[in-house]
Amino acid sequence: MNKKKKTVGIIVWFAAVIVLLVLSLVTGSGGKSETIQEAMRDAVLHEDNRISLFGLKDVNPALISAMVVTVILLVAAALIRIFVIPRFKYVPGKFQMLLEQVVGLFDNLAKSNSPWRHGFLGAYVFGAGVYIFVGTLFELFGIQAVTTSGRSIALPAPLSDVNAAIALGCLSYLVIMSGGIAGNGVKGIGNTLKEFSLPISMSFRLFGALLSGLLVTELIYYYINLSFVLPVAVAVMFTLLHALIQTYVLTMLTALYYGEVSEPAPKKAKKAKKAAKAA
Amino acid sequence: MNIPLNIDWQQILLHLLNFAILAGGLYFLLYAPVKKFMDKREAHYASLAEEANKKLASAEELVKERKAQLSSVDEEIKEKKTKAQLETDAAVKQQLDEVQAQADRILADAKAAASREHDRMMNNAKRELSNMVLNSAKEAMNSTSADAYDQFLNLAEGGNAHDGA
Repeated sequence: MNKKKKTVGIIVWFAAVIVLLVLSLVTGSGGKSETIQEAMRDAVLHEDNRISLFGLKDVNPALISAMVVTVILLVAAALIRIFVIPRFKYVPGKFQMLLEQVVGLFDNLAKSNSPWRHGFLGAYVFGAGVYIFVGTLFELFGIQAVTTSGRSIALPAPLSDVNAAIALGCLSYLVIMSGGIAGNGVKGIGNTLKEFSLPISMSFRLFGALLSGLLVTELIYYYINLSFVLPVAVAVMFTLLHALIQTYVLTMLTALYYGEVSEPAPKKAKKAKKAAKAA
Repeated sequence: MNIPLNIDWQQILLHLLNFAILAGGLYFLLYAPVKKFMDKREAHYASLAEEANKKLASAEELVKERKAQLSSVDEEIKEKKTKAQLETDAAVKQQLDEVQAQADRILADAKAAASREHDRMMNNAKRELSNMVLNSAKEAMNSTSADAYDQFLNLAEGGNAHDGA
């Protein structure tokens, strides 16, 4: 009985795939509105495909993606806070273990890189890490939005927009600077300013990594012949791996520099001598 | 002013605002409660571990004490054994002495009693012998005197006859 059901399922699935393939080939693209050059240029510069933000301003689609990701994450967090966390047990279940692993991962990252000051850093890298990871995976869902010109587009990863990457890169730099100030005062600012290239490198590393994934995806989906099987490999390579790698890179760099600039400076020898004399 | 790459300061600020809301929300809804729970559990297990360590330390102390007690008990047992052995030896010796003394006494008593009996028997024998001798002598005397008397009488009768005759 089970074997029969299995066979029927496979036949139905295969038939559906064939039908969809034929339909997609027969139907055509529905009229190309832009060339590949335009599509890729727009993916970088967002000159044409803009979305209205509640009628206030036309913004890049990535900002809408960022807001959708934020809403999804906050709703999920609220549900977890209400329904899951109160039922936490000392011997954790699978989901509790997953949550603890994620929180523990970023907390340990902060602790190991900045043992002297890590309370705020842990919370920041947790937020940034979750945002980058979920935001990067978000493009896989292909949530549709309508542009101001009436086109339908799939919402991209938030950080494939240079504005989002600059925002996160500069914010990370400011967080690092705040650690320097908290740990060493004015000297901490000096230590942070020494790494003046950090906001640019962090911003454009994120932007470049995620934009490359976006461009490759755009390229593949632009041609219907490339739209079968290949996206599976591309999605894994440019989305899943980027999500993991960029999350790790930005949080690790932030924690590392935060720990470096917030490390208390060793007391001067004179002070030590004075203290010894006083003793 | 046109910034390259269409960088838009307003959108950057909007992204920052968005991220600030997200980071704050995630902190209060997820990070802080989960971390609090993890810290609480860590403290719970740390207290359990501390308690277990205390119990282990006290058990080890107890084992040490007991071992010391056992070793002292061994010594004590050894001492007591030696003392008991000495006491037993002394008691045995005393008993043996007493027995020996008693035996000597019994032997002496027996000897004395035997001697007394011997003396008594000898005396009895002597007395009996002397009685016997005396009786024999008496009997002999009696028989001799009777005969003599008879002879005398006979003689006396015979002599008369002679005279008369």
